[in-house]
Amino acid sequence: MPKDPSIKKVMVIGSGPIVIGQAAEFDYAGTQACLSLKEEGLEVVLINSNPATIMTDSNIADRVYIEPLTVEFAAEVIRREKPDGLLPTLGGQVGLNLAVELAESGILAKEGVKLLGTPLSAIKKAEDRELFKRLMQEIGEPVPESRIVYSPEEAVAFAREAGFPLIVRPAYTLGGTGGGVAFNEEELLEITGHGLKQSRIHQVLLEKSLLGMKEIEYEVMRDGNDQCIAVCNMENVDPVGIHTGDSIVVAPSQTLSDREYQRLRAASLKIIRALGVEGGCNVQFALDSESGRYYVIEVNPRVSRSSALASKATGYPIAKIAAKIAVGLCLDEIKNPVTGKTTACFEPVLDYVVVKMPRWPFDKFTEADRVLGTQMKATGEVMAIDRTLEGALMKGVRSLERGVIDLSLKGMDALSLQEIKDKISRATDERLFALAEALRRGVNLDEICNLSGIDRFFLEKMKNIVNMENRLKEEKLTGGLLKEAKRMGFPDAVIAKHAGCAEEEVRVLRGKFAIKPTYKIVDTCAAEFEAQTPYFYSTFEEENEAVLEDKPTVVVIGSGPIRIGQGIEFDYCCVHSAWAAKRSGFRTVVINNNPETVSTDFNIADRLYFEPLYIEDVMAVIENEKPLGVLVQFGGQTAVNLAGELERRGI
Amino acid sequence: MKAILVLEDGSAFEGKALGASGTAWGELVFNTGMTGYQEVITDPSYAGQIVILTYPLIGNYGTRDAFSESQKPVLRGVVVREACERPPAGDDGNLDDYLKRCCIVGIERVDTRLLTKKIRSCGVMKAVLSTELDVRDAREMLRRQPELGSQDLVKQVTSKGVRVYGEENGIPVALMDFGVKHNILRCLVRRRCRVTVFPADAPAGSVLESRPAGVLLSNGPGDPKKAGYAVNTVRELLGKVPVFGICLGHQIMALALGGDTYKLRFGHRGSNHPVRDLKNGRVFITSQNHGYAVDGASLEKGVEVTFVNANDGTVEGLEVPKFRAFSVQFHPEASPGPGDTEYLFDEFLKLAGGEVRRCRRILQ
Repeated sequence: MPKDPSIKKVMVIGSGPIVIGQAAEFDYAGTQACLSLKEEGLEVVLINSNPATIMTDSNIADRVYIEPLTVEFAAEVIRREKPDGLLPTLGGQVGLNLAVELAESGILAKEGVKLLGTPLSAIKKAEDRELFKRLMQEIGEPVPESRIVYSPEEAVAFAREAGFPLIVRPAYTLGGTGGGVAFNEEELLEITGHGLKQSRIHQVLLEKSLLGMKEIEYEVMRDGNDQCIAVCNMENVDPVGIHTGDSIVVAPSQTLSDREYQRLRAASLKIIRALGVEGGCNVQFALDSESGRYYVIEVNPRVSRSSALASKATGYPIAKIAAKIAVGLCLDEIKNPVTGKTTACFEPVLDYVVVKMPRWPFDKFTEADRVLGTQMKATGEVMAIDRTLEGALMKGVRSLERGVIDLSLKGMDALSLQEIKDKISRATDERLFALAEALRRGVNLDEICNLSGIDRFFLEKMKNIVNMENRLKEEKLTGGLLKEAKRMGFPDAVIAKHAGCAEEEVRVLRGKFAIKPTYKIVDTCAAEFEAQTPYFYSTFEEENEAVLEDKPTVVVIGSGPIRIGQGIEFDYCCVHSAWAAKRSGFRTVVINNNPETVSTDFNIADRLYFEPLYIEDVMAVIENEKPLGVLVQFGGQTAVNLAGELERRGI
Repeated sequence: MKAILVLEDGSAFEGKALGASGTAWGELVFNTGMTGYQEVITDPSYAGQIVILTYPLIGNYGTRDAFSESQKPVLRGVVVREACERPPAGDDGNLDDYLKRCCIVGIERVDTRLLTKKIRSCGVMKAVLSTELDVRDAREMLRRQPELGSQDLVKQVTSKGVRVYGEENGIPVALMDFGVKHNILRCLVRRRCRVTVFPADAPAGSVLESRPAGVLLSNGPGDPKKAGYAVNTVRELLGKVPVFGICLGHQIMALALGGDTYKLRFGHRGSNHPVRDLKNGRVFITSQNHGYAVDGASLEKGVEVTFVNANDGTVEGLEVPKFRAFSVQFHPEASPGPGDTEYLFDEFLKLAGGEVRRCRRILQ
């Protein structure tokens, strides 16, 4: 299907300010969408209220309106600009809600503006709990026992039938705001009352709890010709009950057999077809591996934080492709920008493992309740890529920049065994470290499985890390052992700590045995085709694909995860400094680990390294690139902290 | 224990032994699927090959009898980045145990991405995988091995006698076993077929004697031209009964129709291959495993190309309406991979159903 010729000017709605549950991912999605539409020769008008974004730059859209995201202001922009189409699914929940309001108020029809991409009916069917439940029942996809309620009294009535625990989810809210898990009537009344207030349509869904099951997500796409693909699936390390934004997530799924993988994939495609989505969509499942039963938890008919993560995890730019689908192009008419040869109508395969970790604000809000549940508390996230899960996990921890570079948190070793076990049973930001501590103390794996609900596979990997700590303490530091520790993602400082030597000695030893990181390409196809993308991650293997290029090079240090006091403004600065360096004739290299941002888009610099912003990792990239200089002042606190360390090393 | 992998181009890699100890040689190929390692390992189409699994963590969910696509693996070796040591309790053991039981040699802790890139740029090549030889001996051994293409691998994997599956009064289907995957049988039996499985060298006469409403030509290993006897059989069957060919079965059907086949540089092996249905232009994601392809230019009039690969344009499906015959290069039975094209079994059964009605009319 060729591009719709009646569409010449498109309005894109941004996502407004950063709040918990909505960080930089929509700047990334919106920027990609605007550029993607311009690539197709369309005129792009953008409305957004957040000026600290790349997408509101003059070189991204043709016309930018920095206005409040309300019906009145949007209607004024529409009347003035007279766009042919409106693209609502790239601005997160805010953009989507505004589009729905614009359509419902009749402004779009009056001004002759076509809603592009996923039709409104599909959005409603996915977002309205009742419609969604009915649709799932029609197509035979299992949903947990549930009821929509509009008052606390109705909630109590359902609880008497279905029993506790119950999950409370308000409709049309972001990041599960106002939701929670109720274990008794008192809690139910409290949470429901709060949720009803938060919901735009005063509607709350009560749902029989699927707590403890595996939580699996699929990012799927569909075009106007009913062609569907699964871009990526992801497995939450934390079981159902913790918001996916607060969960450690791995991609692709690690513990699913091919049959389980394909069943959930097929269900996702069935759902996206039944909804009639044209673009990207996220489908969340609960899977009980023992019985083989699964439930559909939720569907997001738009790009989301998960799709930003999936794009960075696979190299497949979901927002960019979704924008092209919205103006009528089909998946097979779009080139896979990674290979430049194959089509976008295929399913990416990974030959590495990706770990996403949430960044919580508890370091700033020390009094806040650290217990995690269905309401998202993280402000940002980091992503780590490696060829081993241990390596990706260790990189993830380093990337968080909370002053921790391995699985040991200060003070954890002083806790009693019971306190550790308590910390394992309740999900908090510290659970990962409590798990490692329990493994160190030799707590039985089955017991840890039972307490945490985390799959044994992941605990085994953590156990491997703990075992390595012990080996480093007990054995002589041979080349073999050192190599094995590096393969598991141990930084030199941690190796030195356990081996009882100086970090410098470890570095010297590594030099002696020629143990240094190699860089591999993220290419969507597991090396089946030659890749055009300069998107790298480190691992300890044989071939280094990031071959030194003999051109004057500048390295730009990114700003890491979004946290209180460090929003996307620093990402904005990074992207601009990369562009500026490029314009001045330098080859530019970006190092960053935040999957939500524009700076980790592989099109921004000549090379992107998805790495922790920890001195050893940064130095390794510098040694691999031999740059003329390193730009640190644009990455906020993160990069500035590195500056001193870099200077001491003569950079 | 150490293991080595030595390639025809002279390069050698050292890793950790996985599975049985010993020495094996074969054609080194790669599969890009992220799940379904056991299905791949037990797919008879990998006979004669050493398979690199490009996903770096293999064996995560253990092994189970139910995941096997044949009685026992016939591939020659397995190359992985890292094999999971302790999969979940309650299954039939980890990958290492499984390969040991099946007497298959393997190697882990090698740079599988580097190996994959080698195959991508140089094409598939012979390799020796060994836990006992040193590199020099392995190179020497490699020099003495024949080209894999010169062997008839179908003979090694086809069933010895005739077997019957499915319910007594089901739709009678004959299956030419060139190395059939269990899931093809399951897909037929689930659709209420009574499947009679014939060895690859069964003459057309005995196949027709079973009065099938349709004949399915199964997947299988190697060069279709080495199975000339099967080509002759299929030539005789075409026109007499509806025919559905899958993978090697598709290539054999093309040869029987007077077409030609050729060897691809590194083939298609994985669960993410897009094919375009030329009838409606739609693209499907398919599971694939083949090293040879049908030459579109060699096809005679009356033989229509129905599917092409959306990436490289190679022929992925054929149809001969006058013979009520069609075939696909990909795997509609999936396992591993997406089941998006499983509907093709229904198309086959529509043809077979037509044949059942036609026969009844003749009998009346």
